Amino acid sequence: MSARIPLVDYLVLDDGAPYLVASASTASGALYFDRRNADAKSGQPGFERRRLADTGTVRTFTIVHRAAPGVPTPYVSVVVDLDGGGVVKANLVNVEPDPAHVQVGMPVRLTTYVAGTDDEGTEAVAFAYEPA
Amino acid sequence: MADNDVWILGASMTKFGRYRDKDVIDLAADASMAALTDGGATIHDMDVLGAGNLMEASSGIGQRIQKQIGQTGIPVFNVANACATGATAIRCVYLAIKAGEADLGLAVGCEQMGKAGLLGASARSDRNVYEPSGRYGAVMSVEGRLGTTLMPGVFAQAGMEYAGQHDGVGFEQFAKVAEKNHAHSTLNPLAQYQKQFSLDEVMGADMMAYPNTLLMCCPTGDGAAALVLVSEARLASLSDEQRRRAVKVSASVMTSDPWTDSDQVQPDVNTLTRAAADRAYEQSGVDPQDLDLVELHDCFATAELLHYDNLRLCAPGEAGKFIDERGPWRDGAIPVNVSGGLISKGHPLGATGVANLYEVATHLRGEAGDRQVEGATVGLTHVIGLGSACAIHVLEKAAA
Repeated sequence: MSARIPLVDYLVLDDGAPYLVASASTASGALYFDRRNADAKSGQPGFERRRLADTGTVRTFTIVHRAAPGVPTPYVSVVVDLDGGGVVKANLVNVEPDPAHVQVGMPVRLTTYVAGTDDEGTEAVAFAYEPA
Repeated sequence: MADNDVWILGASMTKFGRYRDKDVIDLAADASMAALTDGGATIHDMDVLGAGNLMEASSGIGQRIQKQIGQTGIPVFNVANACATGATAIRCVYLAIKAGEADLGLAVGCEQMGKAGLLGASARSDRNVYEPSGRYGAVMSVEGRLGTTLMPGVFAQAGMEYAGQHDGVGFEQFAKVAEKNHAHSTLNPLAQYQKQFSLDEVMGADMMAYPNTLLMCCPTGDGAAALVLVSEARLASLSDEQRRRAVKVSASVMTSDPWTDSDQVQPDVNTLTRAAADRAYEQSGVDPQDLDLVELHDCFATAELLHYDNLRLCAPGEAGKFIDERGPWRDGAIPVNVSGGLISKGHPLGATGVANLYEVATHLRGEAGDRQVEGATVGLTHVIGLGSACAIHVLEKAAA
């Protein structure tokens, strides 16, 4: 099996199923995917690592037809409200990229795909969502 | 308080478009000289200069403009604040007058973008050997791999969130916004484009990011706009003609985006606009229904629709109904973007937040020619710089 690396560091690829992690403010519970000096909600320092749910609902979406170079089109971009907290942006896959097949409020679940392979054969694994 | 009010004495903008024979300093100098002449002032009367530009933000743009129009030693504030850059330059001058440090000041916004295509979409070669970098430990560009952060898609998602929350809002309502603004621009000789399109043509144009088609996206371009601001006390000493044409700045407000859970991954253009609008209406004592015209930040058609609701131009949740009933058309309840808006007038980033005040002031002076909103006495301007910054100004015609 080839080596794998997550596309971003808040996607965890260990022996179990892939999942997302966030920094949760110990003051407010607000969630962040990057390092923060203090909670943007409360202004208080202090964070703990929290595993996020694999399921959620589509908060909003767009279907991108004109994209950055090298990005296959059309594709669906979604903002997902995760069950139990957290908001994340990703692609919606395994769905027709057509407004008839994507709706605000549709339930989705986490999945992964290989976004690329480097010169040493390491696969970059991205997360995405698919209809639940 | 009256003695502390700030007024627009002079206003100007270049035609927006693409200039191959001029650079950004030429454009800024043209707008600045024209605004000074319009106000019956010279550079020697100015106590402060606010200069807004984004693409050359670190180049000392204000001092470069001074070398074209007059180096008088006054303080220069060079500012960059995304698409709210021009309005931020105005705020610098406004605050200097409010603080009593200046009686007169020049604010200029300028940009030269050329034909830039999809902003932020420049090709980036991925690493040959993956190595996490940046705040998210990314091993390659995440654009298009973890959703989109390019402007057409970001604003499409902002629009679809509203559509998902409110009945009667969809592709057609968003497209009607662009149909309107293209139609309005046919009356504005300063607009980058002056071409009318049918609703079918808008909806049938190339899809960029659903629901925004090409004709629902603002173009890139070049241009500049400038204002001369004056204190109430100094205005009182000027000529009858200058006082007659002066336009009162009844509210000047800036906000940034407060924390929300979704704002961390998808900019929220609503919260800061609503907060700025509330403060602007309170500061000016103007009610939204009193507005004779509004120039708001229609970088994409989806954005304009949201702001009908955010600026309280329609009943809560009824932005779709507002456009369906032609409320924001130039002959509607509250004309919105009679200039053609960013969608057709154009959006040279740093110039936009000054040009919208030029537009409203020109109507309040009764000098807008074919596109004049008859009898206009009060108007509002709004810009959003993504990231985010919002500026709202309420302008009122001088009392007779």
